[in-house]
Amino acid sequence: MEGGEAPLPGGAGEKRERLRVESLTKVYPTGKRALDGVDFTIREPGVVAVIGSSGAGKSTFIRCVNRLVEPTAGRILLDGVDLVGLDRAGLRAARRRIGMIFQEFNLVERLTVMENVLAGRLGHVGLVDTLRRRFAPADVDAAFDLLERVGLEGFHDRRADALSGGQRQRVGIARALIQRPDLLLVDEPTASLDPRTARQIMRLVRELAVERATPAIVNLHDVALAREFADRVVGFSAGRIVFDDAPVALDDSTLDRIYGGENWHAPPEDDPPSTSSGARPTTLDDAGA
Amino acid sequence: MSASLAARSWQPSSMFGGRWQRRTLLFAFAAYCVWSIGDLAIDHARVMRGFGRAADMLARMWPPDFSRWELLGRGMLESVQMAIASSVIGAVFCVPIALCAARNLAPAPVYVAARALIVVGRTFHEVIVAILFVKLFGFGAVAGMLTLAFSSAVFLAKMIAEDIENVRPGPVEAMRATGARFGQVVVFGIVPQVVVRALGVFIYRIDANLRHSTVIGIVGAGGIGQTLAASFTRYDYDFSAAILLCIAALVALGEWFSDHVRRRLR
Ligand SMILES: Nc1ncnc2c1ncn2[C@@H]1O[C@H](COP(=O)(O)OP(=O)(O)OP(=O)(O)O)[C@@H](O)[C@H]1O
Ligand SMILES: [Mg+2]
Repeated sequence: MEGGEAPLPGGAGEKRERLRVESLTKVYPTGKRALDGVDFTIREPGVVAVIGSSGAGKSTFIRCVNRLVEPTAGRILLDGVDLVGLDRAGLRAARRRIGMIFQEFNLVERLTVMENVLAGRLGHVGLVDTLRRRFAPADVDAAFDLLERVGLEGFHDRRADALSGGQRQRVGIARALIQRPDLLLVDEPTASLDPRTARQIMRLVRELAVERATPAIVNLHDVALAREFADRVVGFSAGRIVFDDAPVALDDSTLDRIYGGENWHAPPEDDPPSTSSGARPTTLDDAGA
Repeated sequence: MSASLAARSWQPSSMFGGRWQRRTLLFAFAAYCVWSIGDLAIDHARVMRGFGRAADMLARMWPPDFSRWELLGRGMLESVQMAIASSVIGAVFCVPIALCAARNLAPAPVYVAARALIVVGRTFHEVIVAILFVKLFGFGAVAGMLTLAFSSAVFLAKMIAEDIENVRPGPVEAMRATGARFGQVVVFGIVPQVVVRALGVFIYRIDANLRHSTVIGIVGAGGIGQTLAASFTRYDYDFSAAILLCIAALVALGEWFSDHVRRRLR
């Protein structure tokens, strides 16, 4: 994928809108306004990195897109269909087309690698076949291919809890991709991994998103990773988008705009209790370097 | 100690608060013991007579009489069958109850209803339920089996519901995010997280049902307990002794089996 430019590259004309988010707002029952009128559009495949300080609303944003968090207001159009109005069956159908990758991998530990990957096909399988762990031969085939692709050839019968963090995330990636998604949602895929593994995982996410021409929204705490692996960077601050441009446009003043202001002055109770906020200073140092 | 400069003192916080609270509690407990022993108005003569009768009874129990082994065997078999069948029936019925009684799965009204059922079911001891079922279904193993099936379902449901509430939410969420249906989320996201412990609890329950099945027979709900009660009423103490020995052996066997299987699960 070349140089990476989000909004309408010259000469391309009207591009199909893959995802369009309109004035998305989320107010939690606690009264916390985590998202405050977010507008956001994806027209082409590639990696969109979402950065912002802890509590800026990155996870809330990503989880609103597949309605793991129920939006308070706004519209989410995936290929023209508004996900917000969907009933349960419609939502399930939409979720089949959205792959999700998690910081904590969220594998089912007692299941094998193969079962974890095939779980990505559950939306296409009946309950009886689920009980019997029966999946279409084509799905099993695809699972083997994907395991090979993510570097886990021969691991299919290992139990997920016998894997290292990096290997687990590879399984998580395979599980998301076997859905053949039209959109990938990735919430801090590398925050539980060492720096080297983190880069390998980000590279893998990027390669697969490009190979399959699937747009990916990736929450990142590490600005250096965003610079290196994203085609487009979106900066969140206090539930609003304050930056949306190519990674090259990220300079000190824009980083100040994203990470500064609110976070230096915000009272500590604004921070979610269990976050990797300790990483914040390093992130800024990296960015400055 | 007083505030010396170098060493700062620290004490673990006690369950019963400070030193004075602890002393007060201890004193209150001692006072209660004295009062209750006095208040029980124990009739010494009666206690002594009881001991005398016990000696007489023990003498008549020896040697145990296994001559009616057919009756004994039939009772034992009935108890074992009752225990196994009721465990299986209980295991089947506990699943929907457990799912409904897990706060992280069921909507609030369903949750409250299921929890209420569990509370009611656990309020009444097996013997009380057995008395009720004997009234409803007549003497015999059917009443006993229903009793044990009911209390097993409630017991298993309570244990499993608690495990379901403690599953890691991440994998469950991941399953939902793939567009899986509720049943599939349960099968892939929840069952693997609870199945081993649930099996352990189930095995334990078979063992418990074996023990209960020998007791509820006494109120007429079939099994070896009924045989035992009959032998006592007829003063066939030597036969009673044989029955008691067999029950002890059976319970020990059940316990060994349960321990053995649960140790191998993991
Ligand atoms: N379930 C919830 N209930 C109430 N408030 C919540 C909930 N989840 C998140 N919040 C609040 O919403 C705000 C945004 O949280 P969110 O998790 O989206 O931030 P984030 O940008 O992902 O942070 P981090 O980088 O630490 O993951 C925070 O102030 C957080 O405390
Ligand atoms: Mg987050």
